Amino acid sequence: MNIFRTALLLAQKDLYSELKTKQIMVTQIIFAGLVIVVFSFAFDPANNTTKAVIPGVIWVIIVFAGILGLNRSFISEQRNDTMQGLLVAPMEAASIYLGKFIANFAMMLIVELVSIPFLFLLFDFKFYGSIPYFILVVFLGSFGFIAIGTFLAALAANSKSSEMLLPLLLFPITTPILIGVVQATRIILTNMEKFSSAVAWIQLVTAYDIIFFVVCFLLIDYVLEV
Amino acid sequence: MSMNLEREKAVLPGSQLTVKKSLDISKILFGATVISMLVALYFIFIFAAEEVTMGAAQKIFYFHVSSAWLAFMSFFVTFVFSILFLIKRKRIFDTYAYISAEIGVVFTVIVLTTGPIWAKSSWNTWWVWEPRLITTLILFFIYIAYIMIRQMDGVWDKKARLAAVFGIIGFADVPIVFFAIRWWQTKFHPIVFGEGPSQKGGGIEGTMLVALFVSLAAFTILYSYLLHKGVSFEKMKIKVERYKEKLREDLEN
Amino acid sequence: MIEIKKLTKQADNKLILRGVDLSIKKGETVAILGPNGAGKSTLLKVLATLIKPTSGVIKINGMDLKKNHIEIKKIMGYLPHSSLLYDHYTPLENLIFFGNIYGVKNVEQRAIALVKEVGLSFFLNEPVKNFSRGMIQRIAIARAIVHEPEILLLDEPHTGLDQGAIVILNNVILSMKAKGTTTLMVTHDFKQAAEICDRIIIVKNGKIVDDFRIENHNLGFVSEKYEQLVEGVS
Repeated sequence: MNIFRTALLLAQKDLYSELKTKQIMVTQIIFAGLVIVVFSFAFDPANNTTKAVIPGVIWVIIVFAGILGLNRSFISEQRNDTMQGLLVAPMEAASIYLGKFIANFAMMLIVELVSIPFLFLLFDFKFYGSIPYFILVVFLGSFGFIAIGTFLAALAANSKSSEMLLPLLLFPITTPILIGVVQATRIILTNMEKFSSAVAWIQLVTAYDIIFFVVCFLLIDYVLEV
Repeated sequence: MSMNLEREKAVLPGSQLTVKKSLDISKILFGATVISMLVALYFIFIFAAEEVTMGAAQKIFYFHVSSAWLAFMSFFVTFVFSILFLIKRKRIFDTYAYISAEIGVVFTVIVLTTGPIWAKSSWNTWWVWEPRLITTLILFFIYIAYIMIRQMDGVWDKKARLAAVFGIIGFADVPIVFFAIRWWQTKFHPIVFGEGPSQKGGGIEGTMLVALFVSLAAFTILYSYLLHKGVSFEKMKIKVERYKEKLREDLEN
Repeated sequence: MIEIKKLTKQADNKLILRGVDLSIKKGETVAILGPNGAGKSTLLKVLATLIKPTSGVIKINGMDLKKNHIEIKKIMGYLPHSSLLYDHYTPLENLIFFGNIYGVKNVEQRAIALVKEVGLSFFLNEPVKNFSRGMIQRIAIARAIVHEPEILLLDEPHTGLDQGAIVILNNVILSMKAKGTTTLMVTHDFKQAAEICDRIIIVKNGKIVDDFRIENHNLGFVSEKYEQLVEGVS
């Protein structure tokens, strides 16, 4: 229980400081907007075939905006060595991971809440599929991405060039999630007849989420050990 | 300085002994590698029947499959030694994990270059988005990342610890990557077991199968030779570092 | 209170600590002196659980540092070179956050009282990033003692402080001492060491070369010993 108490305190600290400085989330949202604009140059929004790439674009936005936030998550603790302050405090490494995960996940969800409707609006996307399932897929995909991302951000923070290292670590590891959620999103947004395969993909992503959340939880002790 | 020399002399006989012993093992492994490779070449080029449609280009198949087998095996070895390192914290486990990953990267590169050649003569296209090939590509990226963690600056035990953690995560990820890609490639109809439509299995001739197994064995011996050699190089490097540090300390005092 | 036996630390091939044996009783105020690179800070970091020792045993209050690290961290206060404060947080928010992590009761009152004790109650709601070095150091010491630790580890606490700040810092340490806190202080400032400490340990090349008690703030005695041991030899 103590793990959750300190984790929540840490998450609260991160979110409150984000509320004060608004550094990360504003950057993330503006970045997401820019990605959307770039995509509108790459794929003509007036063209009907563009609708086919929308599910992919959603996840490109989430992944790139997400990695901006993940990079900051542990780097921000290096100023004044506050990471040491957390490490000498009476809490498990798992607590630090969980706290950071909650904060990152909350920020990611807010960014998605702003940028995905914006994307639909700009590309004039007619929504035929099921909204609850779409939200479920976005939720599960972001969960897995942020869970493993927070873990690898903690790992990469040991390097001096962690901003460059993190994407290299994160993208190959998250391929199953990315394949799964893009396929599931595509089916849910455009082709509800194949819903049974979407369910299969959701199951795969859920399994991945659970496996890696547990593995990260077990291994974080070794990453944050000094 | 004379003190130093004496001390080094005292150290030398013992270390020479170990060097000699490992030399023997490496000689045996080297000999075994050469012989088994020659045997494998005989089986591949003379013993095995030539494929009807592809002709001689099909021979690359033996190297391709053997390299792939070796790449996956070396990453499995990295995985096992990473776990051992995290439990026991002995530097030798880390050295094995690292060398094995390096060998693995080399052989993934071989797989990724022979793959397109094989694909060109088999499917008449350089690159197919075929599950095993993509999985190998992802595996390649994962272990490049693994090597990059090793290139970080800092003390060795920190790098070893972080790399071991990533080695475990990376290896656990590979089967999931494979299944995800396989599902994806079979056009949204999940098949977990058995052959998917995009993977034509079976139909291999007896002599080819024999040649394949011989080359697999030869590559496995090659792997153990490379691993042994790499580890002894790495050990020497560590030893030299240690002597350097000792010398520096003695000069300082 | 603190028992260290045969402690060694090796980083790459360099031995930083080579067999430290040390025993400190409850309520002692110990200064650790020594030249740069002697391993003083490393010793302190090992005690603060920030560095894993290569070999050796550390027992605090009879508890093993490896096994009971959570319990030990609860009674330990650590102040390194850096402040460990969040820049855009005010002193009050910083102290409340760390107090909560340590599970301090009535954390807000405690935080306000501490800020007052270090003489900064006027700046209670200013972000820390606008503070001068001396002010930050005063908040940093308040942070280190927010949970009323039984053991206080200070790494060169006096560096870069003006006279007023030094007096405040010493008062805080002395008032903690009056409550029975054990203090370990790494320092280069002999004057302050003689002022507040009652035991001096001199570290050289990763080993303890001298360990003695001082009385009546005898500064001359400390410098004499130090010069004899550290500068005299080389």
